[in-house]
Amino acid sequence: MSNPNMIRKAGQMTGRAAGIALKLFLALIFIFPFYWMISTSFKTYAESEQFPPSLYPHTWTLEGYQTVFEGLELGMYLRNSLIVIVAIIILQMAVSVPAAYAYAVYEFKGAGILFAMVLVAFMIPSQVTFIATYIMFSKMKLLKTFWPQILPFGANAFGIFMMRQHFKQIPAELIESARLDQAGEFNIMIHIMLPTAKSTVVTTCLLSFISHWNAYFWPLVMTNSEEVRPLTIAISKLKDLDLGVVWPTIMAGNALLVVPMLLLFLAASRKIIQSMAYRGMK
Amino acid sequence: MKENTKRKLFPYLLILPSALFLLVFTMYPCIYLVRLSFYEYNLLKPPKWIGWKNYVDLFTRNVDFVVALKNTAIYTAAIVTILILFGLILAVCLQRESRINSFVQRAMFIPHIVGMLSVAMIFQWMFNEKGLFNAVLAIFRLPGLKWLNSSDTALICIIIVAVWKSIGYYALILLSSLKAIPAEINEAALLDDAGPVNRFFHIFMPMLSPQIFFLLVTITINSFKVFESVRQMTKGGPGNSTNVLVYYIYNYAFNYNKYGYAAAAGVVLLLIMIVMTILYFKAMGKRVHYQ
Repeated sequence: MSNPNMIRKAGQMTGRAAGIALKLFLALIFIFPFYWMISTSFKTYAESEQFPPSLYPHTWTLEGYQTVFEGLELGMYLRNSLIVIVAIIILQMAVSVPAAYAYAVYEFKGAGILFAMVLVAFMIPSQVTFIATYIMFSKMKLLKTFWPQILPFGANAFGIFMMRQHFKQIPAELIESARLDQAGEFNIMIHIMLPTAKSTVVTTCLLSFISHWNAYFWPLVMTNSEEVRPLTIAISKLKDLDLGVVWPTIMAGNALLVVPMLLLFLAASRKIIQSMAYRGMK
Repeated sequence: MKENTKRKLFPYLLILPSALFLLVFTMYPCIYLVRLSFYEYNLLKPPKWIGWKNYVDLFTRNVDFVVALKNTAIYTAAIVTILILFGLILAVCLQRESRINSFVQRAMFIPHIVGMLSVAMIFQWMFNEKGLFNAVLAIFRLPGLKWLNSSDTALICIIIVAVWKSIGYYALILLSSLKAIPAEINEAALLDDAGPVNRFFHIFMPMLSPQIFFLLVTITINSFKVFESVRQMTKGGPGNSTNVLVYYIYNYAFNYNKYGYAAAAGVVLLLIMIVMTILYFKAMGKRVHYQ
């Protein structure tokens, strides 16, 4: 082996090591803020005010969490979040699965225009419609109920789109043979087609869960009473709980919002990434 | 015969609920928004028709609307440029299948599934004058910055947060379109010892341009929706330096009780969205054509 070759090889090895180090640093940029949140949440107030800050809590304390649990009716807010999420998911399934199925399986007059409407709805964000929707619900005196947080999400345009893609892939012979067996159209949908879509349905529910667990804008504008507000709204108000801003408390509350999502991601990262990247590809 | 009619009606029955929901909660609010924008409307007094006055006020009397539009435009331009450029670089760097690359991809994706409120709270803490970023500056013996508390840097902070939250998501989308490029082309380039820079400009950019145009429109649409980070971190301040379109609408409706005026600003957003939607479908058509 000649000398220049060895030098080249050594150079390649250092290059690769540098590349790996750079990539690890890159990953750290995205992970560290979450570590920082957790670490701060276990610090005492005094330690959180130190500059430069300590990398990890020197005195561990649960004060932050204690303040959150004592200062907020966490049970109520968590219950509200879950009521809204479960209601949205049930409604979306009841509304979107049949629609997706119809667009995929049947040929009927107006299908093109109606499906275009779904696509357009997909493009109009709630940030455009919220003033009008707010006034609609306010006239109906519903702002102190859960409805304004649930009903506007009944038709999940993305869900319709994704499930339609799934139903389209199922061979038409499956339906034809069921029809020959005198099965009704409704029964064919529920008992023959729907079971094949289990994984797509689960994914759609999962994405809905993530997006509505994190929802902040919509409940902020659509609720007029603490009784119906979700966890995000409560956590966002942690600043007013103490005199001044106590970061360990705020980070403790924030951890309660974030950790469930992190655990979900650890459990199903492949599925989540695939389905969300698909949404962007669409 | 009767069975046949039933079968013909069945699909309409299936789509009826979804069509109703879309009509009532998406289409109707858009029309209602336009109508509201011609009224003086504050939930206390009966609404009063005032014609184009809200629009005249938006563009001539209240200078803050133009400021909010400008901030939103700066924010959007910055986000689109940074996300696409760095998203592409990351996609190319992480393209090879390896354990480290898949780990980095997963790490980058995490912020995307966490809510913007939570991300904003974490960054607000790190941007604190006694926070992490100033500590890092201090290590390099640099003076601390005021970050969110200075009108010079606040909008940049909002941009940093948005980039951090979504760069992994867009990098992965670009990565999957990179993988869709026929492998032979890439392999041929690799055999020719083409470096990453060369491959980037001579293979990926031209092959990806339809997908990039598509993402450009998508990111623009998403950027115009910016609200939660602003509301949590700066409330539009200091001064009006981080006031953006949606926050502006929200503020006039819910803090100043001027729904008609806010609706007029909402109509401007609606028009921007319509233009973007037309571009979006054009981009989608183009992409299909190229594939």
